[in-house]
Amino acid sequence: MLGSEEKISPGRLLAVQYGILIIFLGLGFGLWRLQVMGSDRYGLLAERNRIRTIPILAPRGKILDREGRILVDNYPSFSALLLREQPTSDEDLGKIASGLNLTPEQVRERLRKVAGAAQFQPVILKDDITPDELAFIDSHRNELPQLDTIVVHRRLYPRDGFAAHLIGYVGEVSEEMLNQPKYELYSPGDVVGRSGVEQSYNTMLMGRDGSRRVLVNSRGKEEGRLDETPAQPGKQLRLTIDLDLQIAAEQALEGRNGAVVALDPRTGEVLALASRPIFDPNHFAVRISREEWSALINDPGKPLLNKAIQAQLPPGSVFKIIMSVAGLEEGVAQTLTVNCPGGKFFYGRFFKCHSVHGAGVEITRAIPQSCDTFFYTLAERLGISRIAKYAMALGLGQRTGIDLPQEVSGVMPSEEWKARTFKQKWYAGETISVGIGQGAVTTTPLQLAYAIGGIASGGVLRRPHVAFPGELPPEMRPVSSAAGDEVRVPIAAKNWELITDAMANVTQPGGTAASAHLEGIDFAGKTGSAQVVSNEAKQKQKLTGEQFKDNGWFVGVEPRRNPEIVVCLLVEQGEHGTVAARLVAQVVKAYVEKKRGHPAKLAHQGWSPVEAGVEASVEVAAVWETPGAAPGDPAKLGGGRFRIPVSRARVRTAAPQGAP
Amino acid sequence: MRRFLSFRDFDWLLLGFILLICALGVLEVYSTTFSTRFAGMHIKQVYWILVGLGLMFAVSLVNYHSLLERSHWLWIASVLALVAVLILGHKALGARRWIGLPGGMHFQPSEWVKLVVILALARYFHEMKQREAALADIAKTGLIAGVPMLLVLAQPDLGTALTYVPIFLMALFLGGLRLRHAVALGMLACVLGAGGWLFVLKDYQKARVNTFLNPENDPQGKGYQIQQALIAVGSGGIWGKGLTKGTQTQGEFLPMTHTDFAFASFAEEQGFVGACGVLLLYFMVLARLIQNAQTAPDRAGTFIVMGVVAVLAFHVLVNVGMVVRFMPVTGIPLPLMSYGGSSVLFMFLALGLVMNIRMRRFVN
Repeated sequence: MLGSEEKISPGRLLAVQYGILIIFLGLGFGLWRLQVMGSDRYGLLAERNRIRTIPILAPRGKILDREGRILVDNYPSFSALLLREQPTSDEDLGKIASGLNLTPEQVRERLRKVAGAAQFQPVILKDDITPDELAFIDSHRNELPQLDTIVVHRRLYPRDGFAAHLIGYVGEVSEEMLNQPKYELYSPGDVVGRSGVEQSYNTMLMGRDGSRRVLVNSRGKEEGRLDETPAQPGKQLRLTIDLDLQIAAEQALEGRNGAVVALDPRTGEVLALASRPIFDPNHFAVRISREEWSALINDPGKPLLNKAIQAQLPPGSVFKIIMSVAGLEEGVAQTLTVNCPGGKFFYGRFFKCHSVHGAGVEITRAIPQSCDTFFYTLAERLGISRIAKYAMALGLGQRTGIDLPQEVSGVMPSEEWKARTFKQKWYAGETISVGIGQGAVTTTPLQLAYAIGGIASGGVLRRPHVAFPGELPPEMRPVSSAAGDEVRVPIAAKNWELITDAMANVTQPGGTAASAHLEGIDFAGKTGSAQVVSNEAKQKQKLTGEQFKDNGWFVGVEPRRNPEIVVCLLVEQGEHGTVAARLVAQVVKAYVEKKRGHPAKLAHQGWSPVEAGVEASVEVAAVWETPGAAPGDPAKLGGGRFRIPVSRARVRTAAPQGAP
Repeated sequence: MRRFLSFRDFDWLLLGFILLICALGVLEVYSTTFSTRFAGMHIKQVYWILVGLGLMFAVSLVNYHSLLERSHWLWIASVLALVAVLILGHKALGARRWIGLPGGMHFQPSEWVKLVVILALARYFHEMKQREAALADIAKTGLIAGVPMLLVLAQPDLGTALTYVPIFLMALFLGGLRLRHAVALGMLACVLGAGGWLFVLKDYQKARVNTFLNPENDPQGKGYQIQQALIAVGSGGIWGKGLTKGTQTQGEFLPMTHTDFAFASFAEEQGFVGACGVLLLYFMVLARLIQNAQTAPDRAGTFIVMGVVAVLAFHVLVNVGMVVRFMPVTGIPLPLMSYGGSSVLFMFLALGLVMNIRMRRFVN
């Protein structure tokens, strides 16, 4: 037998028993503290753990023409995301890279860039992925759970820059924009309009992003949905633009540099607006490459400039209409008769006329034949102050207030202007050049359309706009003060008739734009050819290059009095306004034919600004029907054909599983 | 001597509590694994429990005195096994803890060695003549527990190594430790602890202690486990979220839900009421064991049962303490609830010894 039979003292066993009791009471207290006292706090933490808020991006509103035809649409595009809560092995990175058609270096480079950001923020590996890449992600959800996609609504603009300057483009809000009070509610990464209508009506088009709360596990894998605050899509915006007329305007400028703007002077509605050279806003819709951006910025033709509102150039002879208003209203021009031997001396210097108009040139002949000598003389008689008074009243030297961003004001010189700008005295000799729209006077195409349209309307000028004010939310409507929306310049009926009749003669035989005559259409207007450099400089320095050729202008109205349409067209290096006049005639003809029920059918003709031979593209939205129109009514059909690359078109059908 | 040996003397009440804990454990293993790649583990756990029950009955039939008589051989075999693990062991997560056996089985000796240490200490104090332990006794028993402990520590497996400490302390306490020796031992422990912190503990072990002290400092890194366990337990509230409904458990925010953090999962899904119920069951088991220790036929029997009490109480204290933030994360399973064959078999073997002693309480 082993050892003693003596028992252990019960006291020690009891001590152990109490010790254990104390330990268990302690543990029970620990549970009490966590589960009863702390249950609210920890319950919250547990919820926060597993609930993730995922943004749902709101699509921007569509942009329509005045008849409801779609100009700008959206297409759903998928971006590939990498969730970074768990580190990704090199092997997986290699798989991901090859599945997304990237090199492993590109993926690593992308990850390196965001190395400092919070772990729970996913990284966008690739924007606008192809259906093949989408299929890769879908089929590898189990092996590569860190790879996910997000739906982004991207802008689908008309191809090849159609109406690009009018529409503008979108981009991520820049840091400097975020510092402005206007953008204080935006956060980095938000996509906002950066130009054109997209910018000026951004708040309306943008909508509000929603969010979805999902249940996730510790690896961020979605395991269920809680609730959803749907995104509020942006409101659609109907423009005053007429697609048919816009097409005519784009065609008129085809192959040239310049700008065209068509207004309805009765309302101020912009019917068409185009600028050349063009850029393709679709290139901004995903992510523009640095090379492409610098090419756009450094292009001497300045493709990003909307010349219809941003080009400030001497108006040339178009200004003679404004001179005529001033001269007639001041009672000077009625009695003025000049002799034009091809120019005249003023203040000891010879001012040349482009032609010899002979003796007895009166205003009724001076306008259609654009006699410089007559208007030199008229300018001398009026003096700069009276000229400036009328020109300013007609909107020159100030912004028209169109609802497009970055409009410029042009310059209407006067004694005060010169004193303010150059701290110099005005010389009477400078007035002579101003009389034919040269010298310091500069205007935008929009200003000229606005002014000439107003004159032809008997002196009523209406603020140009591209959106219907009545359809805008109240806070976006322009302040409709009497002075803001409508300006009245008193023009005596006799003078009004005289000027508009003279303008009608411009397109008649003997006028400067006789070749732009439209049979059966009351087409009136005024040509202008503005020198880029003076004739003397040209001869002295032998400047003969393209860039020194004259700019051609034409402002046309139809009909001559109380016109329904005014079109101003600028052809840079166009040499003479006659060229511009023929192009304006095309636009006006398209307008009249459409109005008369013989649609120009421009929209039907397969106007397809597409380079041939693009295999991987598909035609979309070939014909649109006006909403509410009887089906098949040819007059209500319109549209254009735009090709988009196949990958984008097919994304529409490659919806994620589970979508209805 | 075996005249009156009968299963009537078996502690059926104790076995009832034990099986209740096992049942809750199986339920929780099911709840934490059914949707993961470990699905079906609760069935395996049931098999381990059945095997454990068989072992328990088998062990209860062998007179514990015959085991005590061979305890020195068992001890030598244990030390050799631990050395073998250090040399031949399967390396996983930076530690060698088991030897692979044919058929994919693992042999993890550090669990069984606990029993051997209990037996060896019981024999030593059984044979000790005087009522109070002298310094020489402390030193000798210290070697009996310390050698295997250091070998386990070298694997390294701090958690299991620490379980040898309560066995040793319990034996010393019952064997008649004097107050001044206790104080001296405490001071020695402090010195050894400081030395161990500086020279023995691996960085990951130090990190665990650091994060235990301040888990909020680094919620995505080292403190993640503690923080998630606290959230799991706390969010369970009074009544719990329900079986298979624990968001922390099912969302896999909580790691090792069916092993080390089984109690946290249980507390999340069954709430304060359920967790306290389990604590009460463990307390009943321990109280019942202590009662068996009192009625043991001899000193050796008492020492063996109290050794089991020490191991079980220590496991519960450390595992539940870890979950309620009283203890650092040590990787010690909760006996009978956490999934794991070695742990289950050890507990039932220990229970077999207890039953063995109880059945012989009237035998003399």
